[in-house]
Amino acid sequence: MREEFIWMIIGMGLVTYIPRILPLIALSTENWPDWLRRMLSHVPYAVLGALIFPGILYAQETIWYGMLGGVIAFLIAYTGAPLLAVVAGTILLLTGVHIIT
Amino acid sequence: MEQAAPAPNTNELRRGLSAGLSIAFGYMPVAIAFGLLAGSTGLTVYEAVLMSMLVFAGAAQYMALSMIAVGAGMIEIVLATFIVNFRHLLMSASINERAEPTSKRYRALFGFFLTDEVFAVSSVHKEPVPGGYILGTGIAAYSSWVGFTAVGYFTGAVLPAILQESMGIALYALFIALLVPSIKDAGRPVVVLALLGGGFNWIYAFALDTGWAIMAAVITAVVVYELLIRRRIT
Repeated sequence: MREEFIWMIIGMGLVTYIPRILPLIALSTENWPDWLRRMLSHVPYAVLGALIFPGILYAQETIWYGMLGGVIAFLIAYTGAPLLAVVAGTILLLTGVHIIT
Repeated sequence: MEQAAPAPNTNELRRGLSAGLSIAFGYMPVAIAFGLLAGSTGLTVYEAVLMSMLVFAGAAQYMALSMIAVGAGMIEIVLATFIVNFRHLLMSASINERAEPTSKRYRALFGFFLTDEVFAVSSVHKEPVPGGYILGTGIAAYSSWVGFTAVGYFTGAVLPAILQESMGIALYALFIALLVPSIKDAGRPVVVLALLGGGFNWIYAFALDTGWAIMAAVITAVVVYELLIRRRIT
């Protein structure tokens, strides 16, 4: 293992671990202003949006396959299917499209 | 005030492990894809497994791989990891109010496992949530994540090329699968926030590296959204 990679992974672990436990062991959010708590509560959806787009366009060899995968995933997820079914179903259907085209 | 640590109840632990199985199943393809991608990014199997063991955060680990691939700096990757995982602060705060009273040492232990999914499963448990339940859920999810990272690293190469190609969509399908139930529950706010996050990320990605673009996009999105709802209210 490369030493600089180990330090990077330890650093990544620490900056992930600290926010996960800090409120559990030290913090009370009751005194936070409403607007700040509200903005923090919005972070996950903005993060998901940023993680999906524009990355999904480059997940396959062409933009169209990526977008098709996104549409397939959305439709499967919309039926209320569990996470695994959405992921596996999207991979299988997209594989089918790859084979046909 | 420090309270005496109740011995982890094996019954609660077992119930947690059982509840965590659904997450373990859901993590399987994502961890396999991570192991596979880590290999193609040039990481050794030890580096890939160590990252899953110490970081235990899917999105951040994928992001780290994509940043390594484009030659991003180590400090930049750690900072981007911090930004992406900072949202766990609020989940931790939420669990803090729902969990049964336990010692800080015990909370520091089960807090390690607080991914989005472990949080989601734990937080729907009726209050007070037993620490052993959260720990059990976390251990089930963690075992899958670490184990299948190694599996993916080695089996990735034997998968048919056409399936490997399609697996590139796995993470995005997962993110969409995480987003859709929220859209169905909360509707427009979730759609607007996700569009703002994705839209700003797209714009910033022209000028900034991945981690910084995501960070700037998320901050801009929540600030813009806050301004939008304030204008509508006042």
